[in-house]
Amino acid sequence: MTTLKELRDRRRSVQSTQKITLAMKMVAGAKLRRAQDYVEAGRPYARLMKEILKDLATKSQSLDCPQPLLVGTGKSDIHLLLVMTSDRGLCGSFNASIVRQARKLIVSLEGQGKIVKLLCVGRKGREALLRDYGHLIVESFTDIGQPRLRFSDAQYVADSLLKMYQDGLFDICTIVYNHFKSAMTQEVMSEQLIPIRVESFSLQSREAETMKAIYEYEPTEETILNQLLPQNITVQVYNALLENAASEQGARMTAMDSASRNAGEMIRKLTLTYNRTRQAHITRELIEIISGAEALS
Amino acid sequence: MATFPFVLVSPEKVLFHQEVSMVVIPGMEGDIGILPQHAPLLTLLRPGVITVYEEEKILVRIFVDGGFSEVTPERCVALVTEGVPLESMDKSSLEIEINNLLEDLADSKTPEARKQTDQNLEIARAKLMEFIAHQKID
Repeated sequence: MTTLKELRDRRRSVQSTQKITLAMKMVAGAKLRRAQDYVEAGRPYARLMKEILKDLATKSQSLDCPQPLLVGTGKSDIHLLLVMTSDRGLCGSFNASIVRQARKLIVSLEGQGKIVKLLCVGRKGREALLRDYGHLIVESFTDIGQPRLRFSDAQYVADSLLKMYQDGLFDICTIVYNHFKSAMTQEVMSEQLIPIRVESFSLQSREAETMKAIYEYEPTEETILNQLLPQNITVQVYNALLENAASEQGARMTAMDSASRNAGEMIRKLTLTYNRTRQAHITRELIEIISGAEALS
Repeated sequence: MATFPFVLVSPEKVLFHQEVSMVVIPGMEGDIGILPQHAPLLTLLRPGVITVYEEEKILVRIFVDGGFSEVTPERCVALVTEGVPLESMDKSSLEIEINNLLEDLADSKTPEARKQTDQNLEIARAKLMEFIAHQKID
């Protein structure tokens, strides 16, 4: 039977755990708000970039010099998965769901006889994939965007990505990250990053018609595309990083909220058991005294 | 006077969004003045100063470190990596920045790192030059 002291100690330890989870929830909440602001602030650029690219890309089919970033290498043998996770844990199923999606993709791609390579952003994803797919990891980045995510962080990731592409280390790149829907829900997304999927943003027919204005290009269409395409990759990486950062905080907030609630429930149960046990002790002692007294009289 | 919306955005935030009567943007092959009803144009920007006019007066001068600009008859959009208003710069901090970059250049080992630092150095120098040039005008 558990003694009173043991019960008291357990209750105290659960109480301090609850204090920690509550504090983490608060911190995650504050960080979430900031992360959301960054996501909002990053949207106009990404939207305008997409508009310009949409217009350019729909015309470039007839360009003399096809852009490898746009039309691909002509092969689809080597797939690179850019798996974005967080550096820290304690955020519910945030990392687990990304890793699950990545595993699914690896299995299905390998089933098709493709070569898969992995590029991990974030410590948690690397750790999770290291055991089964360690041989596939070509590179991993950790502590990206600490303490605050800057555009240059995305540039750093995108630059190494583009360099690998130039060196012919992969044909198709897919990015796996969590899309931020709300503080409660995140959705795992896997999007093809390279080559850029023109059809994904072209031919919303009426809009495309109005965009068909004849542009003057300075210096030339090709030079602009050469600059615009890598920049677009960087922006997409940045966007994914931002979404991920917001999702991470959202997931952590939810996880810590339910952890705090569970701790509260546990404290309630422990208190109940503690009080009952205490009562039982008192009753037993009373009985002992009374029966002792009765035996004497 | 006719106006048109001018939007200047960096990936991190919207730097400027307002109705203006003219902007001068640093195009790759020379500065371009944009008035309302400009012909559609897509251009690369070199590191330089964007000057925004409202009613023939200069509203603000912003140094940008290169990017793209899309001009349609209705609007003008500039996508840049970073933009700093000229009035918030000062000479000594710019010189410190250049000196730091020069040290970085001496330290950088790989050719890529050197190229990157070289580019940053060029931007910083352009920034300082524009700053000095505009100081003289004002």
